[in-house]
Amino acid sequence: MLMTAHERLAGEIRDLVQKLGRNRSSLVPILQEVQKQHHRIGTYAMQVIADELDIHPVEVQSVVSFYAFLDGKPQGKFVIRLCRTISCDMNGKKRVARQLENDLGITFGETTKDRHFTLEWTNCMGLCDQGPALLVNDRLYTKVTPEKVHEILEECRRTFGVHATERKEAHLA
Amino acid sequence: MSSIQTYTQATPEAGLKRALGMSRPDIIHEMNESGLKGRGGAGFPVGGKWNFAASAKSEKKYIICNADEGEPGTFKDRVVLQEHADLVFEGMTIAAKAVSAKEGIIFLRGEYTDLREHLEATLARRREQKLLGRDILGSGVDFDIRVFIGAGAYICGEETALIECLEGFRGEPRNRPPYPVNTGFNGHPSVVNNVETLASAACIMGKGADWWKTMGTAKSTGMKLFSISGDCAKPGVYEFDLGVTVADILKEVGGEGAKAVQVGGASGRCIPPSEFARSIAYEDIPTGGGSLIVFGQQRDMLDVLENFMDFFGDESCGQCTPCRVGNLKLLEGVKLLRAGKCSMSYLKELCALGETMQIASKCGLGQSSPNAFLSVVTHFRDEIMGRTFSQA
Ligand SMILES: Cc1cc2nc3c(=O)[nH]c(=O)nc-3n(C[C@H](O)[C@H](O)[C@H](O)COP(=O)(O)O)c2cc1C
Ligand code: SF4
Ligand code: FES
Repeated sequence: MLMTAHERLAGEIRDLVQKLGRNRSSLVPILQEVQKQHHRIGTYAMQVIADELDIHPVEVQSVVSFYAFLDGKPQGKFVIRLCRTISCDMNGKKRVARQLENDLGITFGETTKDRHFTLEWTNCMGLCDQGPALLVNDRLYTKVTPEKVHEILEECRRTFGVHATERKEAHLA
Repeated sequence: MSSIQTYTQATPEAGLKRALGMSRPDIIHEMNESGLKGRGGAGFPVGGKWNFAASAKSEKKYIICNADEGEPGTFKDRVVLQEHADLVFEGMTIAAKAVSAKEGIIFLRGEYTDLREHLEATLARRREQKLLGRDILGSGVDFDIRVFIGAGAYICGEETALIECLEGFRGEPRNRPPYPVNTGFNGHPSVVNNVETLASAACIMGKGADWWKTMGTAKSTGMKLFSISGDCAKPGVYEFDLGVTVADILKEVGGEGAKAVQVGGASGRCIPPSEFARSIAYEDIPTGGGSLIVFGQQRDMLDVLENFMDFFGDESCGQCTPCRVGNLKLLEGVKLLRAGKCSMSYLKELCALGETMQIASKCGLGQSSPNAFLSVVTHFRDEIMGRTFSQA
């Protein structure tokens, strides 16, 4: 069963390489796609990408480790990134952070046991006039209050409902 | 409604149409005449940069739009891309004609992925309108633009780190020279310009250098966009002529009575009220990327500094020692100050370290990260020394 999962992943990566180009400058876009689909870039994925682009896996690993949006270890389906930089800080990011931790039961840098949510700090996201700002995957939320945190999380959870079948498959795999 | 009057009033594609009918040297001459300097922070003259790339010999050349906007407190490029993407692409196309480039890349920071769809749609429409692609508006010029999304690293805003990222490497700045105008993306001459620079270049081509020079000062021509946040009534993106005073800006945004203003983001300088009459221009207070963070009377300047030093410690790429170690030392120093445990002689050592970092760091990050520390220590010494309380 593990083999088939690996084979599927390898096939996916080969398709990506086909689409994005078999050269070093496609590396970051390829990694971004794998990250998006699998919420991490595991060692097996790194190996396949390295083979496809004819570079050493350590090269791939060193690129993954450099960028904040690429992760070697598994991330939740929803990655919540709260801005910790100055303007959001002055606008009350600390209380939003506290409420996120309370509602998710994890601290910053952690992922919930069900792998639904990862909570991370991020630096200024260019929404400083509308802080506190946070990002859920690609989606932006501005002027977040502790009270709104619950709504935001519920919105994410509703998305799970819509994709119920996908979740079942994930359990089987 | 856009807050950016100059961009809203620009006639769509007037600059491009004019440039397509001009010779390459004439386009560069017009840029030189305008005095436009890069709006990404370093303030390098645009005409000069285009000229270097134009004179470089190569089969392939690139126009790269730097949309990695990551300087704390800076968000004007986001607004420009949202409201005036056409103007940015027009500027890139004019640059392409000026230096004979066929390919353009817009490097959009990962945090701005929400803008991707809008940008792709704008590019697709421009292709349909023959403003991009083969034989643009029947001029014989070929040029197209693609979107590249960053992966979350402030340092990739530095132009050589940006190129490293495009090439599939860690975003670690290169030694300069060689400059990207000679050895850029995949070794080819590349013009790297900021979003605002390109949009303003398009306006200048449309209305002429003389029009541009009616705004600003003799040495700092034209208007500039400012990102304003912090303790003020009306934060947002504003357009001001260069040479505007800090006090004028504070009045406009409802930030009078501020205790301090940070000009140029975390890498910029902290300005005390005694200097609010100074003007923001290349010859006075450098604009940086044009961000102003307003601090009200209630703010603790050490909180501010700790936030900035945390940022730099986190975002330093770690390649060179002055920056990698220096930022952490300065952060520790801020913590000592907060605890009321920093001697004057140690504070002096920290300032000397900051000055060394400014000289010895490899790239702009380490060279400018001590600015905030040094300016707060200079202007707010009374507030930060001999603390007898420590806050959580
Ligand atoms: C640490 C660091 C971060 C930078 N970030 C940006 C950025 O986000 N956007 C930008 O346009 N320029 C940034 N720059 C400046 C670029 O290196 C480069 O000078 C600029 O893109 C050139 O464009 P311009 O001449 O139009 O300003 C940064 C420089 C440094 C050292
Ligand atoms: S100054 Fe800092 S960011 Fe720049 S190369 Fe050195 S370590 Fe990297
Ligand atoms: S400080 Fe939070 S978005 Fe800029």
